[in-house]
Amino acid sequence: MTTRRTLLTAGSFMLLLRPAWGTPESLRAAIDAFTGGAPVRNGRVTLTIDPLVENGNAVPVSVSVQSPMTPADHVQRIALFTPQNPLPEVAVFHLSPASGRALVSTRMRMATTQPVIALAVMSDGSAWQHNVNVVVTLAACLEGG
Amino acid sequence: MARALIRTPTFARPGEVVEIRVLLQHPMETGFRPGADGQVLPRDIVTRVEAHFEGERVFAADLFPAIAANPYIAFPMRVTGAGNLVISFQGDNGLMQRETAAIRLA
Repeated sequence: MTTRRTLLTAGSFMLLLRPAWGTPESLRAAIDAFTGGAPVRNGRVTLTIDPLVENGNAVPVSVSVQSPMTPADHVQRIALFTPQNPLPEVAVFHLSPASGRALVSTRMRMATTQPVIALAVMSDGSAWQHNVNVVVTLAACLEGG
Repeated sequence: MARALIRTPTFARPGEVVEIRVLLQHPMETGFRPGADGQVLPRDIVTRVEAHFEGERVFAADLFPAIAANPYIAFPMRVTGAGNLVISFQGDNGLMQRETAAIRLA
């Protein structure tokens, strides 16, 4: 006989059986690989993204970094990460003094409501970040449909 | 060959920093999504975009499945003179494509 109690237990097992995607460990490993282990500080980076998006299939994002972009002091790499997409990495952009300005834009997918992390690595090896929490009403399709 | 759109300023002044916008027609199949038969569709994405201006690399991007279909990328470039900007795309299933856009001085 199916009681309310067994149904509730089954429900909690369903939650446990979700695929082990987007673990904090994989996110940390991806960020460490990007920064080369440098401590990540807040500031200098500005991530521009809507805090509420309707369609997770194409979310416009742009990242700008305060930097003079001279050969002595410039942004080497800009990356975007998400904690709860199937893979933590979204994109890595490689810049140089020939860029003249540190501003990149693209369109990304979001599997669910989650923070988006923008990171920048400078020519002196320092790493900077800016996080924005984004609410997604229609997720990018992952499981059919 | 996928269709690529590369938008550069019509005319640029030397030393000016301009924005180059690149749009490639591509499904960016993630490799996580099942198809109509329930089987997971194999990954088919653009993994690398590079921009060379007169032989010098001015920009590169590594893309992952979280980039939306028909990838759009906008990046800055300091104009040093007139010349050709070559954008190359690499990806799954042997994708290797090269597009050229001219940078003209005002």
